[in-house]
Amino acid sequence: MTSPSAFLGYARPDGRVGVRNHVLVVPTVICSAVVADRIAASIAPIGASLPHLAGCGQLGPDLTVTHETLAAYCQHPNVGAVIVVALGCEQVVAQQLSDAARRAGKPAAIIAIQSEGGTLRATARGIEIARQMAETLSSVERVWCRASSLILSVKCGGSDYTSGLASNPVVGRVADRLVDMGGAVVLGEIAEIMGAEHLLADRAASHEAATRLLRVVNRVEAEAIALGLDIRGTQPSPGNMRGGLTTIEEKSLGATHKAGERTRLEDVVAYSAPITSKGLTVMDTPGLDVESVTGMVGGGAQICVFTTGLGTPTGNPIAPVVKVTGNTRTAQGMADNIDVDVSGVMSETESLGAAADRLLTEVLAVCSGRPTAAERLGHREFAIHRRNPTI
Amino acid sequence: MNAALVISERDNVATALEPLDKGRTITVRDQTVLVAEPIARGHKVALQTIRAGDAVIKYGSPIGTASCDIAPGTHVHTHNVASARGRGDLAASAAASDVARPAGGPRPTAEPAE
Repeated sequence: MTSPSAFLGYARPDGRVGVRNHVLVVPTVICSAVVADRIAASIAPIGASLPHLAGCGQLGPDLTVTHETLAAYCQHPNVGAVIVVALGCEQVVAQQLSDAARRAGKPAAIIAIQSEGGTLRATARGIEIARQMAETLSSVERVWCRASSLILSVKCGGSDYTSGLASNPVVGRVADRLVDMGGAVVLGEIAEIMGAEHLLADRAASHEAATRLLRVVNRVEAEAIALGLDIRGTQPSPGNMRGGLTTIEEKSLGATHKAGERTRLEDVVAYSAPITSKGLTVMDTPGLDVESVTGMVGGGAQICVFTTGLGTPTGNPIAPVVKVTGNTRTAQGMADNIDVDVSGVMSETESLGAAADRLLTEVLAVCSGRPTAAERLGHREFAIHRRNPTI
Repeated sequence: MNAALVISERDNVATALEPLDKGRTITVRDQTVLVAEPIARGHKVALQTIRAGDAVIKYGSPIGTASCDIAPGTHVHTHNVASARGRGDLAASAAASDVARPAGGPRPTAEPAE
């Protein structure tokens, strides 16, 4: 099976398919983030830590989202083994995270800084376990996997006029083709659906999916209005406006192209919640790039395709993020951050279809192990969305 | 390569694919428009008169409402287009002055009753 609808991935015990094989080092709380970082760095690049600002001082929904996001990463198919680094007195429960990893068939260990006897002992113990796990994982071979096992996250950031005209339509055609092959696509950033929701609702597979989409877009708009401010301070951003984007409606109409031209909206899910439908799922994420990608990967996306007109370096700790630009100046001026240049669509030297063929080939090559620019540069941004103040 | 791009038949603006100088004529959709002021690359130029309160259309959908009359060939951007969405500033000023919120562009379909 070597057709362009397949890639070399990792078949996991829970039936899911990974495109990377990381030892994930998870701090339960901000207090254990430095120890987790040092353990992961000792086995770079296979080691990946999830430094975050939460895990304590949170109540209700925020604590739940933190827990569920960390647990989702522990179960993620791009992860082969898990080390949970606890402090010992925090709210997030280390045992629940390691249980989540084991339920997905992954080896898991817990290190607690307080019971190990401080930073040095906890770090040394963690490095010892991490090296053993990395050695075990290094013997796992990639096998041919169908593209239908992929959940593709689509994202745009640093948008300019080329995003809506070139890079997002190219990504949309890749989304269409992946869904044709039986795969799934996830679109986040509810604020950037505002003004284009009618197009997605018209393509909904069910009345319920359309209703949920409109409800979540209306909620985000109501939240923005409740602040008593013009959303234009952030949507579009000042850079978007310099690039020629005038309103959030214009930005959204260009942005939703990346979810495909004919994919059907199957489901609308909460932040970091499992993506279980084939076809298009919308996830309730904020527009901030890192929080959005963090949530969509938590939902199970193994790879992200990220369009950028102005250029942006964002990556993810466990999922490759493929950068696509339609702006020839960005392709040249930020060459180290860009994976695929589709500026030929703007200059009419390449068709949308030809650019989509090229991008799909690159996506499958990255799924088979080719490092992205963000991976080569060590961009591993991670941020869990939070709604409430720290208590 | 065309100097400006129109995406949908319904659009009343075009996107400049290169900087457009004042006095240049551009041809889009078999229509000639005299550029009335400099338009930066990526910015929009009006293809026809857009009256204050009318929808500005790109991608075949409204991207906002003209906040003043916009002449053909002029720059269409934040100075003459108001977003109809997420306008907490309008809600706040309407609440403060107790006047009705100005009519915006088309709103999303109200969600069906459940």
